[in-house]
Amino acid sequence: MTPEELRKLASSQEEARPEPKHRIKICVAAGCLSARSDQVLQALQDEIARRGLTDECEVKGVGCLGLCTAGPLMVVEPEGVMYEGVTPEDASDIVNSLGGKPVERLLCPADSPFFQKQYKIVLENSGLIDPEKIEDYIARDGYTALARVLEEMTPQEVIDEITRSGLRGRGGAGYPTGLKWSTVAKAGGSRKFVICNADEGDPGAFMDRSVLESDPHRVLEGMAIAAYAVGASQGYLYVRAEYPLAVKRLRTAIRQAERLGLLGNNICGTTFSFHVDIRLGAGAFVCGEETALIASIEGKRGQPRPRPPYPAEYGLWGYPTLINNVETFANVAPIIRNGGDWFASIGTEKSKGTKVFALAGSVKNTGLIEVPMGITLREIIFEIGGGIPEGRRFKAVQTGGPSGGCIPEQYLDMPVDYESLAKVGSIMGSGGMIVMDETSCMVDVAKFFMEFCMTESCGKCVPCRVGTAQMYDILQKITTGEASMDDLALLEDLCDMVKHTSLCGLGQTAPNPVLSTLQYFREEYIAHIVDKQCPAGVCQIHRREGH
Amino acid sequence: MHFTKPSPPSDDKRWRIVEATMRRHGYDSHALIETLHSVQQTFGYLDTEALRYVAKSLRVPLSKVYGAATFYHFFTLKPQGEHTCVVCMGTACYIKGAPNIVAAVSEKYQVKPGETTADGKLSLLTARCLGSCGLAPAVVFDGEVAGKVTPEEALERIGRWMNHDS
Ligand SMILES: Cc1cc2nc3c(=O)[nH]c(=O)nc-3n(C[C@H](O)[C@H](O)[C@H](O)COP(=O)(O)O)c2cc1C
Ligand code: FES
Repeated sequence: MTPEELRKLASSQEEARPEPKHRIKICVAAGCLSARSDQVLQALQDEIARRGLTDECEVKGVGCLGLCTAGPLMVVEPEGVMYEGVTPEDASDIVNSLGGKPVERLLCPADSPFFQKQYKIVLENSGLIDPEKIEDYIARDGYTALARVLEEMTPQEVIDEITRSGLRGRGGAGYPTGLKWSTVAKAGGSRKFVICNADEGDPGAFMDRSVLESDPHRVLEGMAIAAYAVGASQGYLYVRAEYPLAVKRLRTAIRQAERLGLLGNNICGTTFSFHVDIRLGAGAFVCGEETALIASIEGKRGQPRPRPPYPAEYGLWGYPTLINNVETFANVAPIIRNGGDWFASIGTEKSKGTKVFALAGSVKNTGLIEVPMGITLREIIFEIGGGIPEGRRFKAVQTGGPSGGCIPEQYLDMPVDYESLAKVGSIMGSGGMIVMDETSCMVDVAKFFMEFCMTESCGKCVPCRVGTAQMYDILQKITTGEASMDDLALLEDLCDMVKHTSLCGLGQTAPNPVLSTLQYFREEYIAHIVDKQCPAGVCQIHRREGH
Repeated sequence: MHFTKPSPPSDDKRWRIVEATMRRHGYDSHALIETLHSVQQTFGYLDTEALRYVAKSLRVPLSKVYGAATFYHFFTLKPQGEHTCVVCMGTACYIKGAPNIVAAVSEKYQVKPGETTADGKLSLLTARCLGSCGLAPAVVFDGEVAGKVTPEEALERIGRWMNHDS
């Protein structure tokens, strides 16, 4: 397909389709599916067929609409009415209401801060298009960035545009994307690879999954543009095996794009060729680390190796390899379409654009949100999130998962950007954001993450393998009331040692949850150790005489 | 050196699916993990016979195959029970009380997380984030995800399986 044909296809999509009078879009992403949105979809389709309205009203499954807690969610167009908590029994009322007054009892106010305060770039198509139809994506300017790049831009110009945008890696570390692309582009040799990291290891987060399930072509387009820029012709998408729906939709998307000549040989009729294959992860957190991920694609145990050399120079099978996160790739097409300067105008001085967060825990509106960088934690938790439910008090917010930290109330007005989060002992991470109230025990939370790191340590280096186990043992002793102040001192020493001597990021950041809770909630540790009490009432303290 | 392809451990037709996976990758040793996925998806778990067959077919030492099969949590070397209850122990579910669900099921049916009851009826498993954090705590009962689950509800659903089938 040539760029010209692509443009034609996009406009014909608009015209050719006999515009149905009504459109019902229902979320069939993970959250709403677990609230049985598939059954609601079926019930609506049945109801419409039964009344012979199939030509007038289209019902389709779409990606995540964001407010997972109120699922199943759906939107009725052209009115733009949003419904929440829909059940199959509501189908008949909803069909009755088409073109008339909305069903009052199901209304979800779309003008609430939850929707109004968000800014969508990565998720702009999410909830609007059918993720299994490439035509839907193309109708929303899909693949025009790729066509434009191939038609008008040199690889260097693409890299310059990405550099100008200020985009930084969304996988956690925030490395400048333009710089990384430029390193791979400069690396010698004729074989290079592009890898998309969709291993999403943070155990309380599902941003990448949602992007893949809601808008898979967006990621493929970003990968293809990257491949053109760095000179690669083969790509791999490394996806967790735990995400079967994402895998299925990606396979469909790859097939569709190949059929239209937007992936594969001679893309858009040019000499550029790019093939993408999927590789399944197999449930190891450490495989999200880039060198371990590469080992895993090579069919080995996913163990990291020391860097340098970085994958940009020595990656998959020893060839220069570009590895970026799902969300990073998802930002590429809009940057090309709207220009690097546009992207750089959003966010803060050093953190540009938006960030997707999975907002969960003790907050009223849980779900998936996308916000401009620089927004404050208070705006996210109290305006978008609607505050803490059941009249409880905010205690801390955890960002960055097992590599991050717990941020206390006094920093709620801090802007969310890479530097500010690091300054208070946490990290941006990949986007997990868990709100905690007074019923959560901070020592228990630290123990939870340490248990995670201990189980997920790949065992290659001693500080991480043995250190995490020892730290876990001490935390276990503290939470059962069997620890002394000497143990606490030992814990702090171990944190320092593991942080500075581990081989990879897993070990280097494993102490973070302990360090940040010790910094802000030290009195809770002391209460367990000295008073043999868990202030939040979570831990089971063993009372023993003579201790 | 001439290489003769080993024959599958049994004449079960399902081995063809596994063979197709290996063929697609040209019997390359890089295909090890993809092949193990294929075996597990087809048979539900990886037994020693299967590991041996994969090792021979891809010409990878058995120790390496075993190493990979045990390194990755997704692979299981034991058959699963008739019913499975997977409790999400991701961060959101953890702080919303998932440990109480695990404890309740574990105590009532005398089964530790990751194990199957002696009569082979129930496997209790844990997972890390099912992507339903908004509905924490989440549990998967025989492949069906349920949100905002209480320990009582979990026991009730499992109870129905256990009584129904006996
Ligand atoms: C223990 C560990 C786990 C990681 N898990 C992930 C992950 O799940 N997803 C991800 O994109 N990056 C993960 N990373 C970061 C990757 O190593 C790598 O930096 C990233 O994929 C680069 O992409 P980016 O520049 O687009 O962020 C992890 C790093 C470490 C040390
Ligand atoms: S933490 Fe349980 S579904 Fe995400």
